[in-house]
Amino acid sequence: MSFIRKPTVTNSRLPKNSLGLTRRDYEGGMSTLCAGCGHDSITAALIQAAWELELVPHQVVKLSGIGCSSKTPAYFMSQAHGVNSVHGRMPSVATGAGAANRDLVCLGVSGDGDSLSIGFGQLAHAMRRNLNMAYVIENNGVYGLTKGQFSASADVGSRAKRGETNVQPPIDPVVTAIALGCTFVARSFSGDKQQLVPLLKAAIRHRGFALLDVLSPCVTFNDHEDSTKSYAYTRRYYHPAIHADFVPPAQDIKAAYDHGEAMPVELHDGSRIVLRKVDEGFDPSDRARTIGFLQDAAKRGEVVTGLMYIQPGQDDLHDVNHTVPGPLHSQPYDGLHPGAEGLRELQQRYR
Amino acid sequence: MTSDNGMPAPSDAAAAASRVNDFVIKIANVNGTGSASANGLLMKSLFRMGIPVTGKNFFPSNIQGLPTWYEIRVSRDGYRCRSGQVDIMVAMNNETYADDLAEVAPGGFFLYDATWPRDSQLSRKDVTIIGIPLAGMCNEHFDQARSRILMKNVAYVGALAALLDIDMAIIRQLLNETFASKAHLVDANQAAIDLGFQYAQEHFSCPLPLRLEAMDKTAGHIMIDGNTAAAMGCLYAGATVGAWYPITPSTSLMDAFKSLCERYRVDPDSGERRFCIVQAEDELAAVGMVVGAAWAGARAFTPTSGPGISLMSEFIGFAYYTEVPIVLVDVQRVGPSTGMPTRTQQCDILSCAFASHGDTRHILLFPADPHECFELAVAAFDLAERFQTPVMMLTDLDIGMNDWMVPELTWDDSYLPDRGKVLTAEELAEMPDFHRYADVDGDGVPWRSLPGVHPNGAYFLRGSGHTERGTYTENSEEYQRVLDRLERKFETARHALPAPVVETSADAQVGIISIGSCDGAVREARDLLAGRGYALNYLRVKAFPFSDEVEAFIAGHRRIFVVEQNRDGQLRRLLLMETQATRQQLNSIRHYNGMPISARDIVEDIGRALSQEAAA
Ligand SMILES: Cc1ncc(C[n+]2csc(CCOP(=O)(O)OP(=O)(O)O)c2C)c(N)n1
Ligand code: SF4
Ligand SMILES: [Mg+2]
Repeated sequence: MSFIRKPTVTNSRLPKNSLGLTRRDYEGGMSTLCAGCGHDSITAALIQAAWELELVPHQVVKLSGIGCSSKTPAYFMSQAHGVNSVHGRMPSVATGAGAANRDLVCLGVSGDGDSLSIGFGQLAHAMRRNLNMAYVIENNGVYGLTKGQFSASADVGSRAKRGETNVQPPIDPVVTAIALGCTFVARSFSGDKQQLVPLLKAAIRHRGFALLDVLSPCVTFNDHEDSTKSYAYTRRYYHPAIHADFVPPAQDIKAAYDHGEAMPVELHDGSRIVLRKVDEGFDPSDRARTIGFLQDAAKRGEVVTGLMYIQPGQDDLHDVNHTVPGPLHSQPYDGLHPGAEGLRELQQRYR
Repeated sequence: MTSDNGMPAPSDAAAAASRVNDFVIKIANVNGTGSASANGLLMKSLFRMGIPVTGKNFFPSNIQGLPTWYEIRVSRDGYRCRSGQVDIMVAMNNETYADDLAEVAPGGFFLYDATWPRDSQLSRKDVTIIGIPLAGMCNEHFDQARSRILMKNVAYVGALAALLDIDMAIIRQLLNETFASKAHLVDANQAAIDLGFQYAQEHFSCPLPLRLEAMDKTAGHIMIDGNTAAAMGCLYAGATVGAWYPITPSTSLMDAFKSLCERYRVDPDSGERRFCIVQAEDELAAVGMVVGAAWAGARAFTPTSGPGISLMSEFIGFAYYTEVPIVLVDVQRVGPSTGMPTRTQQCDILSCAFASHGDTRHILLFPADPHECFELAVAAFDLAERFQTPVMMLTDLDIGMNDWMVPELTWDDSYLPDRGKVLTAEELAEMPDFHRYADVDGDGVPWRSLPGVHPNGAYFLRGSGHTERGTYTENSEEYQRVLDRLERKFETARHALPAPVVETSADAQVGIISIGSCDGAVREARDLLAGRGYALNYLRVKAFPFSDEVEAFIAGHRRIFVVEQNRDGQLRRLLLMETQATRQQLNSIRHYNGMPISARDIVEDIGRALSQEAAA
C-alpha cells in the first residue's frame, strides 16, 4: 500500500486564519491506524491547535520515533517537514535539528513504548537540556504496533487482552518529568479535545521542553474490560485538576474569562496560559506538592489531567550555549574559519 | 656499566659507530607525574634543530600511578614509524627498570634516577648505565612537593641536552614561549634544565656517540597530532554542530574543535556563538543529534571510537537509507569490546564499511597522518553533502593522539563548501511536485530540501520503505527502485573519492597494499627490502569504495602483501569482496598487538615469503 492522498476539496466557506490557511491546510495524509484509535483524535487536536496558533507550516518540524503513535506526523501538516526516526531516539534527532536551526517550531510525537522504555534515556536528557520543543506521548499502555505487549506505563493489575496481568509498577511520565525538572508538564486525554487543544497550543508556545502525556486508548489491544487505559476506564476515573486556556499575545484575559479563579501565566512571546483550578489541593507551580497530589490520586486510581507544572522563563539549549540568532546553516562561511592567513598563524604553536 | 670515574665505559657495540640523528629515545615514567610537558619540550627542541622526529605515547587506561612510556624516534632520513628498537632509555619508573633495561638495544644507554643507586642490579654488559640523581638534585633545589616531582622530568631533558648535544638556546627559547607570561616558571624550568645539564657534563663524557646535529629537514613542517588536525578540518569545513560522547582516543578531537570554535567563532561584542556543541548522553544520542542537525541543514559531525560505532550503527543505516549527510570520525582503538582502550589498531574497517543492518555500504576515508586528517576531514563534509550519505573518516590512536611531523597545513581561500544538490526556496516555488528520492540527473544522487525553506519541499523523512516521492511504501517495485538508485549513487561516489597513493618502481610484479597509519612502516620496509634486492610497488588506499586505480594495481601485480593492523585481515577481506583480487594473490601481513607497527614487523614476513618463493 502506498501513500494515500486525501481528495482535495476546496471549500471556500471554511474559516481561514490570518495566514489565509484553512484547517484543511494543516491536514496530512489519510490515517492508516485502526478505526477509533485514540491517536487519530490527537492528530485532529494537533491540526486544530496548529491552525489556531497560525503556525507557518513549513517552519514546523514534526519528529517521531517508531510505533503506531509515531506514524501520526504523516497525518497532519503535510506542508511541514518531518522525521520518522528510529525507535526511541527521536529526542536526539530533535536536539540536532533544534541545535542547527533554532527558528524551527519543533513538535515531537511519540508513544509510551517509544518514550518510556527504549527511549527513556533520551527523553530524560532532552528535558534536562530544556530543548525548545513540544513533546507528545500518545499513551495507551501497550506497544500497539507490535501487537499489544505491555508498555512501561501499564498500571499494576491491568490485564492484557491475551489475559496476563501486569505486576510491575508503571512509569508515570508526568511525575518523572516533574522530578527531572521539565519546565512544562501536562496530561490530557485524546477524548477531551476541549482540554487537549489549549494544552497543545500552550506546549508549542512554551519556550523550553513541554511534555504532554495524552491518554490515547488502543482500541485493538487495550480497550477491553480490566484495562486501565481504555476509553471506559479513563472516562470513569477522569479527574481534571486544572483547566488551562491559551490566550494569544494580543488578546485580553478578561475577554476570555469572566468568571472563576483565573491564574494567568505569561510565556516568552507575550502569550498567556490561563489556569483555573478545579481541584483546591493543587498548585501547578509547586513541584513537590504536585508530585504528592499526583501520587495520591494514582493510589485512588484517578486519572488526573491538566497543566500539572509550569516554570516559564528558564534557559533553553541555545540560551545556555549563547548561540547566534537564526539557523546555524546560514551563517556566512567566512565567519566560521580564519582563512589561509589564520591557519598559518594558528600553526605557529606547532613548530 | 659505568667506569670508576663515572665516565661511560666504551661498550663494544657502541664503540663501533657514532650515530648522528638516527636513534630512539624512550622515556619510561609513571602517569600523572607531568612528564608530558618535559617530553614535549624534548621533542620540540629536536624539531627546532631541524631534525625529523616523531613521538609516540604509550599510556595506560588509568589516571595516575601506572607505567607510561614516550618514544621519540630521531630519524635523519625522515622515517616516521617505530624503528622497533630503543637506543636510549630514560628510566624514571623503578617499577619497570628490569623490563626497560631489557628493551635497550646492545650498545645503547640506560639513564636512570640515581638518587637511589641501583648500579649493581642494573647489569647489562652491552648497555651503558648513566645514573643521575635527578630527584635528589630537585629536592635540594625546589621547595614545593609538586614542583619537585615535575622538575625532575625537566631535569632529564637537561641531562639529555648535554649527553646528546641539544642546542641550549633553543630550549631557552621554547621555555620563554611556553611560559610567556610567567617568568617564575621560565626560571624554575631553566634551573631544572641546568641541574641535569651540569651534572651530565661534569660526570660523563658528553656528547655520547649517539648524538644530534642540527639539520634543515623540518622547515615547512609542523608537529601535530591527528585529532587536533582533524578538528581544524572540521572548523575549516564549516561544521557548526558537533555532538559527542567522550571516548578515548577520540576525546581530544572535540576538545580541540571546541577551543578552535571559541577562538574563531564567538562574536567579540555580543559573545554570541556561531556553533553548537552538545555533549550527548551516549553515542546513540550523539549520532542522532548529528542526523537531526544535518537534516536541518547544518554541517554536523561526531568523533568516536569502535564501541561508539557499534552503538551508532542503527542510526548510520537510517542516515544511509534516508540520505542524510552525516560525518563521523572513528579514532580506532584496540578491540574487541573495551579491549585495550589506550592502544592502537585498525580494527573497525569492516564494521564501518557495512555499519548497520540491511544492505548498507558507506564511504570511508583513511588518512595516514595528521596532515591528511585535516584534508580528509574537509573532504568528508563535501562528500557527505554531495552524496547525501554518511561519511566516516577512520583514523586510529596512533594518528590521533601521537605527535607527528607533517608538512604545514595549507588553505585555499577560494574554497567554498560543496553543499551538493540542495534546492533553494525559489527553485522549490517553481516545483509543485518535489520528489525527494528521484534520480533526476541519472547519477543516483537525488535533490534535497531543507526544513524551514519552502512548503513545496516538505516531506516526511522515514527509515521505513519509501517511494521516490519519499512517501511510505510496502510495494516491492517502489521499494526496490530506491534501493537500486542508492547503489548507483554509491557507484558515482566511487569515482569521486580521494585517489589512492601509488608508488611504483620499475617493473616489479610484487606489491604492497596498505592503509592509514601503516604508511611510515611500509615505506621504511620497502627501502629495507630494496636493500635486500626485493623491489615492491606500493598502493595505499585512501578511501572506500575502492577506485579503479586499486583495481588496476591489483590486476598489475602477481602477488600483493596487504599490510594492516588487525587480526583478521579486514582490509584484505574487503579487497577480496569488492575487487577482482583472488585469495592466492593477496597475502596478509597483520600486526595487532596494540603497538604501532614498525618496519621490522613487515620486513621479516615479506622477506621470508619472498625468499621461500625464490627457493621453491
Ligand atoms: C530497535 C527496535 N526494536 C524494536 C522495534 C519494534 N517496535 C516497533 S514499535 C514498538 C513499540 C511501540 O510502542 P509505542 O511507542 O507505545 O507505540 P504505539 O504503537 O503503542 O503507539 C516496537 C517494540 C523497532 N522498531 N526497533
Ligand atoms: S493497534 Fe492500537 S495503537 Fe495501533 S493503530 Fe490500532 S488502535 Fe491504534
Ligand atoms: Mg503505546
